[in-house]
Amino acid sequence: MTGGPLPRTVDDSLFTADGTALLGSRCDDCGAHTFPRQGGCPRCTGSSMADVALAREGTLWSFTIQGFRPKTPYQGPDEFEPYGVGYVELPGQLIVEARLTENDPDRLEIGMPMRMEMIPFRTDDAGEPVLTFAFTPVGRS
Amino acid sequence: MTAALAIVGIGIHPFGRTEGVSGRAQAVHAVRAALADAGVRFGDMQFGFGGSWSAGDPDTLVSELGLTSLPFINVANGCATGGSALIGADAAIRSGTHDLGLVVGFDKHPRGAFNTDPASHGIGAWYGETGLMLTTQFFGLKIQRYLHTHGIGTEVLATIAEKAFRNGALNPNAWRRKEIGADEIAAAPMISHPLTQYMYCSPGEGAVAFVVCRADRAHDYCENPVHLSGAALRSRRYGSFEVFSPWLAVDAAQSPTVDAAAAAFAQAGLTPADVDVAQVQDTESGAELMHMAETGLCEHGAQEELISSGATTITGSLPVNTDGGCIANGEPIGASGLRQVYETALQLRGEAGDHQVPGDPRVGFTHVYGAPGISACTVLTR
Repeated sequence: MTGGPLPRTVDDSLFTADGTALLGSRCDDCGAHTFPRQGGCPRCTGSSMADVALAREGTLWSFTIQGFRPKTPYQGPDEFEPYGVGYVELPGQLIVEARLTENDPDRLEIGMPMRMEMIPFRTDDAGEPVLTFAFTPVGRS
Repeated sequence: MTAALAIVGIGIHPFGRTEGVSGRAQAVHAVRAALADAGVRFGDMQFGFGGSWSAGDPDTLVSELGLTSLPFINVANGCATGGSALIGADAAIRSGTHDLGLVVGFDKHPRGAFNTDPASHGIGAWYGETGLMLTTQFFGLKIQRYLHTHGIGTEVLATIAEKAFRNGALNPNAWRRKEIGADEIAAAPMISHPLTQYMYCSPGEGAVAFVVCRADRAHDYCENPVHLSGAALRSRRYGSFEVFSPWLAVDAAQSPTVDAAAAAFAQAGLTPADVDVAQVQDTESGAELMHMAETGLCEHGAQEELISSGATTITGSLPVNTDGGCIANGEPIGASGLRQVYETALQLRGEAGDHQVPGDPRVGFTHVYGAPGISACTVLTR
């Protein structure tokens, strides 16, 4: 990811400008975080929210494996391979839902350290990869 | 609070797949059966509340039932559609506006898992495009966390589904009427780990209708009325873990099920310990397990012993989903909550046949849960 334009993402508004972290909101009044960004606070009902970069590392809070190809609006490849989905707790911020790079439930464990990365989840009409965010277990190949 | 509303007529169209019969026709079938059960005519109905997700507008049923100018209110509240319709009817009667009316719920869904447009939930298109917008996935994530938190093994999930099919086999209106053993359920294809194909309900078809009236006039229509002693609908709180959530708050809060159940019991002046028969949302078997505790029917973590010892079977001390639940009946969204009330009415009237709970049950409880984090509960008595 050095030099040249940044690769295409599923939705640029989900990420910081440099594409390295998720972009959420933090309530100026009560400190509650949201992801993606939103204008109103779901905790204190306030309406003053500031952009905040979310932590790239956290711990696995729960997980499952998607075992069948979802119907539309899913846009992943026709050839389906089960993928992991989890919630990762980012300390002091929130618990974010994400695809996981691991799809073997025996290699996933609640509480294990996880790190965010960008992964291709489909190719666009021009044959270029479209990236989304995912979490990967830390310290595993 | 004294019950204001009594159910004096009940009608159902069998659940499952009925090729060539529209959802609206199934609704008309259920309404006619409910009217006949109460011994009244459609022209006697002073109001109607009806709900359907994908089988047409309920208020158009009047073209088949009779153009009588009654006020008919369509209810669209996801899985809580039936409960919301009953709450609307309860308010109409409690306020003194009406004395006698109709509640109906019906649906007919295409095969396969529901696919929902993220935009209808205020979520960006990316959520669906990247494969996160699935109710099946949510239930896998929620039960995984729940089993971990409460130290429960996965074996009990197959036992729950086995019971659902066993009860469904006893219920002539159920969709799945063949028993399936726990080993076969556990070995079925994994849909969303740790939940297999046979642990999930499927979208389906069906219809349920009730004739309801002022509780103090119930005996004018029926010898064995069932009273709506409590009914409550709640949405989610900050911090609860709900379907279609791109994020959760770190500070956990109780689910809308906890709030709705507590409110329904408080209205009825009863407690979960008073319940003789319960129907809880079992979108999949993990949901039944979690909802047993969230509704207050048992302590968190106590389910494994209750389920494996048979306490939740029809002859057990806490019968749950005696008609086979969603797993054996499928989930036609507009009809599903009212199916639970129908089954409870059968049980309290002593008319449930092969799936009748013994011991003359007097207090029934129903619970639905659905997107985007809503729950509706009722307490029914006789």
